[in-house]
Amino acid sequence: MKNTLFRAVCCALSGLLLSGSLLASLEKPENQSEPISNSTADHSKFEELQKEFGKGPEVTKACLGCHTEASKQLHQTKHWNWKFTNPETGQTLGKSTIVNNFCLSVSTNLPRCTSCHIGYGWKDDTFDFTSEVNVDCLVCHDTTGTYKKYPAGAGHPAYVDKPFPPKGGKKIFKAVDLQAVAQSVGKTSRETCGACHFYGGGGDGVKHGDMDSSMTNPDKQLDVHMGTDGLDFVCADCHTTDGHETQGSRYNITAKDTHRIDIIGRDDKSRASCESCHGMTPHEETINDKLNDHTDRVACQTCHIPKFARGGKPSKTWWDWSTAGRKTADGKHIMEKDENGYVTYVTKKGNFEWGENLVPEYAWLSGNIRYRELEEKVDPESITALNTFDGSYADKDSRIWPFKVMRGKQPYDKVNNTLAIAHLFGKDKDAYWKSYSWDKALAAAMKNVGANFSGEYGFLETTMHWPLAHMIAPKEEALQCSDCHAKDGRLASLTDFYLPGRDSNKWVDTIGWLAVVGTIGGVFTHGFGRLVANRRRKRQ
Amino acid sequence: MSSVKFYTRFERFWHWTQAFLIISMLITGFEIHGTFALFGYEQAVDLHIIFAWSLIVLWIFAIFWHLTTGEWRQYCASCSSDILAMVKYYSFDIFLGGGHPHHKTRAEKLNPLQRMAYLALHLFIAPLLWISGWLYLFYSYWDVVGISGLSLGSVAMVHTAAAFLILTFLVAHLYLALTMSEKMADLKAMLTGYQEIDTDN
Repeated sequence: MKNTLFRAVCCALSGLLLSGSLLASLEKPENQSEPISNSTADHSKFEELQKEFGKGPEVTKACLGCHTEASKQLHQTKHWNWKFTNPETGQTLGKSTIVNNFCLSVSTNLPRCTSCHIGYGWKDDTFDFTSEVNVDCLVCHDTTGTYKKYPAGAGHPAYVDKPFPPKGGKKIFKAVDLQAVAQSVGKTSRETCGACHFYGGGGDGVKHGDMDSSMTNPDKQLDVHMGTDGLDFVCADCHTTDGHETQGSRYNITAKDTHRIDIIGRDDKSRASCESCHGMTPHEETINDKLNDHTDRVACQTCHIPKFARGGKPSKTWWDWSTAGRKTADGKHIMEKDENGYVTYVTKKGNFEWGENLVPEYAWLSGNIRYRELEEKVDPESITALNTFDGSYADKDSRIWPFKVMRGKQPYDKVNNTLAIAHLFGKDKDAYWKSYSWDKALAAAMKNVGANFSGEYGFLETTMHWPLAHMIAPKEEALQCSDCHAKDGRLASLTDFYLPGRDSNKWVDTIGWLAVVGTIGGVFTHGFGRLVANRRRKRQ
Repeated sequence: MSSVKFYTRFERFWHWTQAFLIISMLITGFEIHGTFALFGYEQAVDLHIIFAWSLIVLWIFAIFWHLTTGEWRQYCASCSSDILAMVKYYSFDIFLGGGHPHHKTRAEKLNPLQRMAYLALHLFIAPLLWISGWLYLFYSYWDVVGISGLSLGSVAMVHTAAAFLILTFLVAHLYLALTMSEKMADLKAMLTGYQEIDTDN
């Protein structure tokens, strides 16, 4: 008897303990402030790193002493080459070739743009892409937060205290302590990835709209996965890497991941889609169960990113290059701001518009995104799309996706009817930010890439679609049915299908209501007639 | 005049439950259609689905009842001259004080026009609603069962058109049911089961 009681108590206690430890393992430890490394290597104890480093490549050389294959792996990646060959279209894409409506193109602006390259010294076309020591390990693996590439340093950090802009700039880039940084390397973080990806397009939040510096330490309200008060995901939790190749590229986006939930050993290693963890029926079953039904045609992001640029940082929505170059009467640069303090005009770049808490635009997407190449013809009378993609209601592989649509005006060749790119940054006289001459800046950039340029230019309006996948709101804030199933709902512009609550057949509605109202009128007339006839009969 | 048991307990239960469900489905259905906002879109959809399944269950019982009791014969079409006599009555005689051409009895509860109307309701409008409604409800499974060449738009159009027919039917039904008998005797009959009928002839 005693024995049984003892066993029962033991069982109950172990059950409690087990459930307690299960609960504990589900919850993140409360102390988030000090990340504890559980690495088996303490880099501060490595003799190779116990020395003064003059420049970045010297650190890389030390890294390669142990991590012998690291640079070779990175040489294969988009992060290194800024090139991507679309397997479906054969187009050569990537940062180094495509035209956008921010700073137009990378070529001839290299040292500025390549301050976000994972290498050292890509300042012109002579850059050696086979050099292993030119790979910058620290920009991704720094854990100190002190390693920052100098904005015009072609990928190098500041080795001595340096202001930016170089002449008279107020922002000082402090000389980096390479030894300290090298000794404390670790895994990538929101901060290291964000150092480039949050600042695309030339500043915080400019380009993407769903990625800006507010995502460095977001709360779960801003991003339910990355929130430091919640699951505390870092970028690489979803953008998994294998041999330094990072999953989840915009250039070949997976619009619908119908592959089952990915499990190690069974499936692919990519977590860069919602479905790779949540599957295609992630919602609790309901009476209508339409949420689970909708996953075949509506991307998760569409409902779960109700708004973007939600973290307190605005995103650029309009960039008009045609107004650039305006100066005051005495030749000084102009800067204008709106009531929110957002810059709306600068002499170097033209007019801007910004937005916070923006409602995405929606389009069908099957994943095959094409980017306009420089030699493609444009129609200056209409708005030119810099990227287009497949997808429609009829295409079962496509889903409705949310986008940030970047709009603006940018230069084009009036005679050849092609887009024109500009040489913006540089110390030479052709650079637009020196001469403020579009003639020179366009001619120089077009010559550099071997494109025809007539010399006559104008400005045309362009759009660029940026699919949204971050700033996932808590489920309570996801869109409701009526956000789309309504007359002027969010999908008002997608008209190639019947959307209940929005659409109706005009004939059915008109004839239907005529029949109903006609019958009501008929019975009232009939009833009134009977009343009159009855009274008349009674009087007789 | 005498009082005759016309409507059994089940018949009355069927009638009033169906009345509630049809009116509720008209309201929620037209909300889903975007005509107005009352419950909110998702609530309206959920209610519409619940009411639809309730009505299906009710109909299974009703069909069983009609078949086993033989009451289905009440809906057998009358000859055209009898229907025309009814049309003539509602168009002229009713104003002139002429007599009703149909005499209600337990065996013939419905006049020829009612027989035609209910037959149309059961054999045309209801199937139209059920078939289009099921297709609408199971839209996501069309691929699974191999339905192709059909669009949600056309299914919705048929469903909406049938809903308008029901609404039109309801207006006429309410008028006839509430105004054709003295002191709402027809309504009372549908509530109590007992109908006042003329037994003189």
